[in-house]
Amino acid sequence: MTTATFTDTVLERDLRELRANAPASVGFGALVATGLADRYAPLETPLGRAFVAWNGRGVSWVGQAPDEATFESRFRTEVGRDIARADVLPQRFARAIARRLAGDRRVRIPLDLRGHTPFEVAVWMKALEIPRGEVRPYGWIAAEIGRPKAVRAVGTALANNPVPLVVPCHRVVRSDGLIGQYSMGGPDAKRRVLGSEGLDTGWLEAEAARGIRFTGSDTTRIVCNPTCRDARRVMPRHRVTFPSLAAAASAGYRPCKHCRPVSLAA
Amino acid sequence: MDTDEALAGRLANDLEAGFPGLVEAHQDRLYTIALRLLGDRRDAEEVAQDALVRAFRAMRGYDGDRIRSLRLRPWLASIAINLSRNRRRRHDDRQPPSQLEPMLDAGFDITSDGRTGPDREADRRETQRELAAALLRLRPGVRAAIVLRHVDGLSVAETAEALGRPEGTIKAQVHRGLRELRVAVEAGEMTSAPRPAQTHVRRLLPALEAIR
Repeated sequence: MTTATFTDTVLERDLRELRANAPASVGFGALVATGLADRYAPLETPLGRAFVAWNGRGVSWVGQAPDEATFESRFRTEVGRDIARADVLPQRFARAIARRLAGDRRVRIPLDLRGHTPFEVAVWMKALEIPRGEVRPYGWIAAEIGRPKAVRAVGTALANNPVPLVVPCHRVVRSDGLIGQYSMGGPDAKRRVLGSEGLDTGWLEAEAARGIRFTGSDTTRIVCNPTCRDARRVMPRHRVTFPSLAAAASAGYRPCKHCRPVSLAA
Repeated sequence: MDTDEALAGRLANDLEAGFPGLVEAHQDRLYTIALRLLGDRRDAEEVAQDALVRAFRAMRGYDGDRIRSLRLRPWLASIAINLSRNRRRRHDDRQPPSQLEPMLDAGFDITSDGRTGPDREADRRETQRELAAALLRLRPGVRAAIVLRHVDGLSVAETAEALGRPEGTIKAQVHRGLRELRVAVEAGEMTSAPRPAQTHVRRLLPALEAIR
């Protein structure tokens, strides 16, 4: 060689020194992509600012918290995974959630519901079928998923919904017509979300208080859940009300095929 | 080696529980491999993350015995190498392979500008920068062999396994790569030195010719 300054050992040492440290986002990103950790970002909702968590499998948690630290520690405790703040919600989630909140039930939002029972998941998937602006009783969900006696368990499953708003557990109310509990801030919050979806909860609760559980049309002879879009198109002079499905049946009314009213346990 | 075997054992027992350990142990080297092959931090971050994710998904399809018998170092390296190769191909489709400039300070943390012994530190960084740039001018096959063998520190056998080439080929490629790097770095030192560059360059010309 012309000069002895560059022996292979020096060169080899210099090559070893080309090792670099990966930014933290690499490892954490891999954990998020594989569903072993999550990211979260804020989302404006009818109930104010909420936080949405997600990973490579889908949206994993929606919740409100006074601040980010509280949200993070709740998530770690309840879900048992690590979580880090992201700048924004990914477009694909933001757009899908916005459309879902606007009432489009066809939009698919991937959800990460690992660790929950098949029963809970069935309850949540059924709640997804309730259209915006309408409500169904807990007993309706129980009947629809083939567990008519499990009304209480349906209530518990809805209270444990990890993704409120995205899965509209607020659209499920008590069988006696009372608005019922809500995981994102109690009955008042529930009234507010339903109100934002165009449902007059004052009217609904007043009807329930008068013992009305179902409404029908004397022209079609079809009986519906009171908030069914078909029921609400009925002209006031043709509108009939029933305290039970049995009463409607004995009056010669058949159940609506859209809202599929079910007899409610006393 | 030993810890990698233990890690493979943990992954075989419980992939999800063991995976964070794999990330911890291998993220820097996968990032380094991609960075020195591609010369771009962003690309390297994506390749390293993608390699980890692909490893996880692959292992999800393997039974315990297969995971236990994985040689993680060469296996993970081969995933990063393949992803880097695909990415480079995409780049090449869009633009002709660029020379030095955009790659020059690839992967060096400017913010860590020397507090201690500034001159020394600056020299170090300059050497690294030149070496990284020279690495990027090697033919891809030779570059991959050098990066795995001498930057990452795999054995010849592991490098051969990761690249799917015979050990003899690896030895030849590493030899050739070191020679070319030595020439390139020396040429760099001389051209950046005050004056007597001309004669040296002329003397190096046959060597440079031989590389082409």
